[in-house]
Amino acid sequence: MSRDFGWHELLFVLGGLRWTLVLSAVALTVGSVGGFAVALARVSRSAPLRTLAIGYIGLLQGTPELMQLFLVFYGLAVLTGVQIAPWPAVILAFTLYASAFLGEIWRAAIQAVPATQWEAAFALGLRRPVIMLRIVLPQAIRLAIPPTVGFLVQLIKGTSIASIIGFVELTRAGQLMVNVTFQPMLIFPLVALMYFAICWPISLLSLRLERRLDVGRRAIEGAAQPT
Amino acid sequence: MGYVFQFGVVWDHRWDLLNGAWLTLRLSVGAFLIGLWLAGLLAYARQGASTPIRKVAAAYIEFFRNTPLLVQLFVLYFSLPMLGFRFSADQAALVGLSLNFGAYGAEILRGGILSVASGQIEAAQALGLSRWRIFRHVVLIPALSVCYPALASQFVLMMLGSSVVSAISATDLTAITNTLQSTTFRSFEFYFVATGLYLVMSLMARLVLMLAYRWLFPPALRGRAA
Repeated sequence: MSRDFGWHELLFVLGGLRWTLVLSAVALTVGSVGGFAVALARVSRSAPLRTLAIGYIGLLQGTPELMQLFLVFYGLAVLTGVQIAPWPAVILAFTLYASAFLGEIWRAAIQAVPATQWEAAFALGLRRPVIMLRIVLPQAIRLAIPPTVGFLVQLIKGTSIASIIGFVELTRAGQLMVNVTFQPMLIFPLVALMYFAICWPISLLSLRLERRLDVGRRAIEGAAQPT
Repeated sequence: MGYVFQFGVVWDHRWDLLNGAWLTLRLSVGAFLIGLWLAGLLAYARQGASTPIRKVAAAYIEFFRNTPLLVQLFVLYFSLPMLGFRFSADQAALVGLSLNFGAYGAEILRGGILSVASGQIEAAQALGLSRWRIFRHVVLIPALSVCYPALASQFVLMMLGSSVVSAISATDLTAITNTLQSTTFRSFEFYFVATGLYLVMSLMARLVLMLAYRWLFPPALRGRAA
């Protein structure tokens, strides 16, 4: 005995889609704050701070996202002594994950700003925080935007694994509807199409930004050529 | 906190964990080899003369890069049997990882192919080489040396990402860990050790791939990035 895949079922899947978007948005926002701190620590003059940031990034980029999620989920349970709901674990795990990746992306962007910019600013007598804030970061942001938008796609797709610990986002909602309607041939491809409908435009945007930036950068390099 | 960590039970199951790690490694290497071959075909198709074939290859690449691996695996393992394609979980895992890697690899190869100077290709055409031979010897091999580092990173990403095959009950390191933690009630300890195993595997893979790069492409053979 099984239900048909009708309006109610479709609405349920769309409800899951909403949580995929919420989770991605929260992880991106909170992860950005963390990622900014990681990037600054990564390019800081203090060696222990740099090492700490390298270790943090290496640990989160060198282990599976799914394992991080399990560790946070069961780790929180160990710390608090009670089994917690999936959502705090999911939000914490994806925020940590995003902060490591964004930290590394932004580190690269900060270091891509030519050293001569630093030297020129020092020669003008500016102090380090002022140079970072007023001269380097504004240029780094331009370089960082396309890969950051690209990472958003990775993040949105990645949130699908939250389904494995029972967080009802798009993938889990699809699974649940497969269980009641027994129509995997219809529902899983539909779920895939929904992800595609969100991720593809973002990928295209990232590519377009990258091309536009490349043109800009070439113009700068061209201008800097000795004549 | 009143929790007492017990890692002894993890040690008792070390061979099960290593067996899982071994399958993870075999799956990743297998998917890398099949996926690279597929990536070569896709990259060739994307450069090809026929517009429909170019479009199909582009659509394949975009689809696999913009949907989650987990959902791709669900389609392979739960949806396709309805059409009569039936895989075991481990087979579906290998097929899914390969198809997925093919799409990422194709984009990486395309970047490498674009780095080959058109003068090289024109020279090969002037020598009367066939389209396929030009692609293979003049374009693909120098391009491979350019995109090797990106392919190596992608391999490590896939190996880590392969942990999601546990969700279709393939028997990789993550799935074995899931089973062990649920029978021993030592979740944190098992996931902690398994995470460490993944970390060691990804570091080892990076090291081996870097050494292989030096051996495969001595400086004289390397193409130049555009």
